[in-house]
Amino acid sequence: MIRLEHIVKYFHKGSVNEVFALNDITLRLAEGDFVTVIGSNGAGKSTLLNCIAGSFFPDSGKIFIGAGDVTRWPEYRRAALISRVFQNPLLGTCPSATIEQNMALAALRGQKRGLGRGVKGSDRERFRTELRQLGLGLEDRLLDKVGLLSGGQRQALTMLMATMVKPEVLLLDEHIAALDPKTAGHILSLTEEIVASRGLTTMMITHNMKHAISFGNRLLMLHQGRVLLDLCGSDKKTLTVKDLLEQFYLAQGEELAMDSLLLG
Amino acid sequence: MTWYAALGAVEQGLVYGIMVIGVYLTFRILDFPDLTVDGSLPLGAAVSAVAISSGVNPYLSLLLALGGGFCAGMVTAFLNTKFKILHLLASILTMIALYSINIRIMDGPNVALLGSDTVFDAVTRLGVPSHFAGLVVFGLFAALVVGGMVWFMGTEIGQAVLATGDNPQMITSQGVNIHVVIIFGVGLSNGLVALSGALIAQNQGAADVGMGLGTIVAGLASVIIGETVFGCQTMARAFIAALLGSIVYRLAIALALGLELGGFRFNPSDLNLITALLVIVALITPNLKRRLLAR
Ligand SMILES: Nc1ncnc2c1ncn2[C@@H]1O[C@H](COP(=O)(O)OP(=O)(O)OP(=O)(O)O)[C@@H](O)[C@H]1O
Ligand SMILES: [Mg+2]
Repeated sequence: MIRLEHIVKYFHKGSVNEVFALNDITLRLAEGDFVTVIGSNGAGKSTLLNCIAGSFFPDSGKIFIGAGDVTRWPEYRRAALISRVFQNPLLGTCPSATIEQNMALAALRGQKRGLGRGVKGSDRERFRTELRQLGLGLEDRLLDKVGLLSGGQRQALTMLMATMVKPEVLLLDEHIAALDPKTAGHILSLTEEIVASRGLTTMMITHNMKHAISFGNRLLMLHQGRVLLDLCGSDKKTLTVKDLLEQFYLAQGEELAMDSLLLG
Repeated sequence: MTWYAALGAVEQGLVYGIMVIGVYLTFRILDFPDLTVDGSLPLGAAVSAVAISSGVNPYLSLLLALGGGFCAGMVTAFLNTKFKILHLLASILTMIALYSINIRIMDGPNVALLGSDTVFDAVTRLGVPSHFAGLVVFGLFAALVVGGMVWFMGTEIGQAVLATGDNPQMITSQGVNIHVVIIFGVGLSNGLVALSGALIAQNQGAADVGMGLGTIVAGLASVIIGETVFGCQTMARAFIAALLGSIVYRLAIALALGLELGGFRFNPSDLNLITALLVIVALITPNLKRRLLAR
């Protein structure tokens, strides 16, 4: 369960570059919700996910994950509850560490690290089994440095690593945007599989309206730091790309009308 | 080069090699260029020398030196992580401050260890000829440090240190506070550098506030030589390469100093210039190679 209450976030507050990135966002995700998030460039989607993950603190508002208030928890502390996959495939793994070392790092997410061996012999079989799910042959390359892998392979590995310790919420920020269509499709179905099999509460940002409609049980459209549209259940199922685009232009049209009013 | 000079160079390579391991940790693993070492090497020497002359056991004095260096490194890393001062600048500030602090510790610019017991006496008492004592002690400590570091980097915490230098965002997302890791890592690095300084002081029978000058450049040169000549595919290999790089570096310096071209000879004071040139060449070679290949 995750709950946001009146989240407000400015960047460069008080300067000429001031950006009002999140405008009073209140949101509640139930356990197991799979939410797709859409919105134009600069709508505040990444800012919303970064705020939940603790990359920065909101200017006001409260964030609850699980039972507790995590508003003031630093990012590393929230990591016990949150897994993330970024748009940039390079961000999710350590290039100079091996595949097994990366997996071992992720297997300890949010737990105390001590002076035990980083990779234990008993881990290897488990890592191999998990890697086999990816169908990329990585199970035979445990000792290869991750820097040698392609972007798609790295992103697949990151997906796997994100769920080695079950998170309260999984945050995906355009995690297939940097991949070629075939690999993107593969990662996307992998995502669906993992999310469904573990019943993960998930937020997935995408610019692909078809994906936004066909994946998950709930859809959010952000615009100028606000939730413009929040559809779930049958409302979402019957949605078409055309409906979405209409909503989208409606929002932008209002904005244009406002501008012309102000200017006129 | 005489056999005696070569022996001396290997000895130096081993003891400064402990410093080089420290530099490898910050420069290569943590990606934290750290100039504190120019101050923490004499800090280690000063602490050890003063401790010994006031009657402390020479081995214990090494531990004190290590602790002192650790604190110095922590200060640099603290300035960088908590107050967002650029790492280079933060380390220069600590280094400059250490100059004054070292003089305070020694109550003057240097301390001599006339007649005091050092870690070398324990070895000579075992019957090792005194001109080999340095080699034995330095070799032992260097092996211990390399072995310890290889072991440590393989632990859960060590892997987190590795990841912090490699991809700070990733390891933060795995729940590690990278500030703590950096403060610990830079501390450990400077602890090793101070240990190296302490051993040098006990060997030469004195600590001097000026003995740290150029430490970082020598450290970098050794790291780069080590990587180029011996490779760095695995952690164990990388640390051993750093140590061997240090020995090769000292041998090269000894060779250069023994060189005679017509009437020209290098002075020991030319050493820093030679080293700086060496590092510059090593740093720009990959770049030049790429450009030439791109043509
Ligand atoms: N760290 C930051 N510093 C300053 N401004 C920022 C920062 N991060 C985001 N912004 C601004 O906040 C606004 C929202 O950005 P955000 O990245 O959340 O958009 P987005 O919806 O993810 O867009 P995109 O689809 O392009 O990824 C933008 O105007 C952006 O310029
Ligand atoms: Mg974004």
